[in-house]
Amino acid sequence: MSEVVNADGVSLRFETNDGAVDALSDVSLNIKSGDFVSLIGPSGCGKTTLLRVIADLEQPTAGNIEVNGVSPAQARLARAYGYVFQAASLYPWRTIAKNVALPLEIMGLSRKERKARVKQNLELVNLAGFEKKYPWQLSGGMQQRASIARALAVEPDLLLMDEPFGALDEIVRDHLNEQLLQLWDKTHKTVVFVTHSIPEAVFLSTHIVVMSPRPGRIIDVIESDLPKERGLDIRETPEFLAIAHRVREGLRQGHSYED
Amino acid sequence: MNSNESGSRFWPVMSVILAIFAIWYIATVVLNTPFQKDMYKRQKQENVSMVSLVQDTMAQERPVLPAPHQVATEIYNTTVKKKITSKRSLIFHAWITLSTALLGFVMGTVLGIGLAISIVHNRALDKSLMPWIITSQTIPILAIAPMIIVVLNSIGIQGLLPKAMISTYLSFFPIAVGMVKGLRSPEVSHLDLMRTYNASPWQALVKLRLPASMPYLFTSMKVAIAISVVGAIVGELPTGAVAGLGARLLAGSYYGQTVQIWSALIMASVLAASLVGLVSLLNYFVLKRMGALA
Repeated sequence: MSEVVNADGVSLRFETNDGAVDALSDVSLNIKSGDFVSLIGPSGCGKTTLLRVIADLEQPTAGNIEVNGVSPAQARLARAYGYVFQAASLYPWRTIAKNVALPLEIMGLSRKERKARVKQNLELVNLAGFEKKYPWQLSGGMQQRASIARALAVEPDLLLMDEPFGALDEIVRDHLNEQLLQLWDKTHKTVVFVTHSIPEAVFLSTHIVVMSPRPGRIIDVIESDLPKERGLDIRETPEFLAIAHRVREGLRQGHSYED
Repeated sequence: MNSNESGSRFWPVMSVILAIFAIWYIATVVLNTPFQKDMYKRQKQENVSMVSLVQDTMAQERPVLPAPHQVATEIYNTTVKKKITSKRSLIFHAWITLSTALLGFVMGTVLGIGLAISIVHNRALDKSLMPWIITSQTIPILAIAPMIIVVLNSIGIQGLLPKAMISTYLSFFPIAVGMVKGLRSPEVSHLDLMRTYNASPWQALVKLRLPASMPYLFTSMKVAIAISVVGAIVGELPTGAVAGLGARLLAGSYYGQTVQIWSALIMASVLAASLVGLVSLLNYFVLKRMGALA
């Protein structure tokens, strides 16, 4: 399997008024095609920063990183990834269909092609019939699904998701987690997923990257051997709990539970 | 809006209006009494009753402060009872001022938006232009207006344009300042999204910054259109006061025609208020079109 993300000794230091902050320190990580990788850790561990480095929204101050074998900047110019933010970040003056069409307009696709992709991706996230609604007319969960459809419409191989369900209640989150797994199974995308929920990370991922703050670094990379076909019930099985335990151990080792 | 709400709004609004009229009438009597008493003395009238004194203070030809009904009568006589083409028609003069104000407002809006776009896209312009834009508004418009007229006249520009330029001079400022804020108003994630799509600055402007700035634009436009009317009136003063509400004001003050001054003033504020109302209406429809309202 080909490597989608290859980070080697990546560091990122922010200069702030209170002195330098090491958001990332010597982070090395390989993500292969088709992986579902979760980055988990407490606030300030650099998980979002790492995602933004992959997306070329931040530039590392040291180390080397490649996305699809090229620099993140080149990957971004080639529109190699779709990015889902914590807030749905839909443009309020656009309807759902128009929001999904936004990246396609920027790519300069024909009206016909845009229409086809909007329809296909809204169906994929079960939002068919909501094309003409404005974002505020949808629930938080539906808004986030629309934002996932927008990221998928670009047809990237790589999906970068920054705590996409963090602002939603647990019931909606469980539901969306199941849907996301089905989506991943159907589309064979590579997913990098930032979260601070242990059950969410274990439930979704093939690989769980445990991170720790001050400086932001990787403590442990856990490969999950849970079956690909899984429902929410799997969270009560001993296998699931064993992985969750190891994640928690990793977090403790990184002093994540201390003040 | 339900009837209860509009009912609860009716009385506060009504009482303020009534209070204004009451104060105006009282002020009319108080301010015009000295002159009226002087008149009585000269005409050797004595023992004038209080009632006729009050009546007479509201019927002077050139009162210090005309009564509301005198102004209303003057407005009625110079609008409804005069042909629109007549030089004595207030509508004729209001139209002159309106056309100047509108031309100045359109130019000011275009200039303001243009400046804001360059400032938002260029840090150097932000640092170098903004101080000048602010300085421009610290110069009293009454001082600079004749200069603009004289300078433009010397290079052969006459008529509507120089007056409109004074409206532009005033109205571009709120537009520029409001639009700089509006174009910078998109959330970080909305801007990041554009970056992930590899959107050009032009695409980000058209698809994100401009739509996001619409509420700011309309707020600025309400201020700008009102001061465009002020600019147009000021612009009419140094041109010899040929036509326009400004000309009426100036002519009125030459000949002590206070009733004429007040009627021109009222006309100017009605004009400005209607224009602001029009912008509000446009604002409503644009935002509705943009899905901001149900």
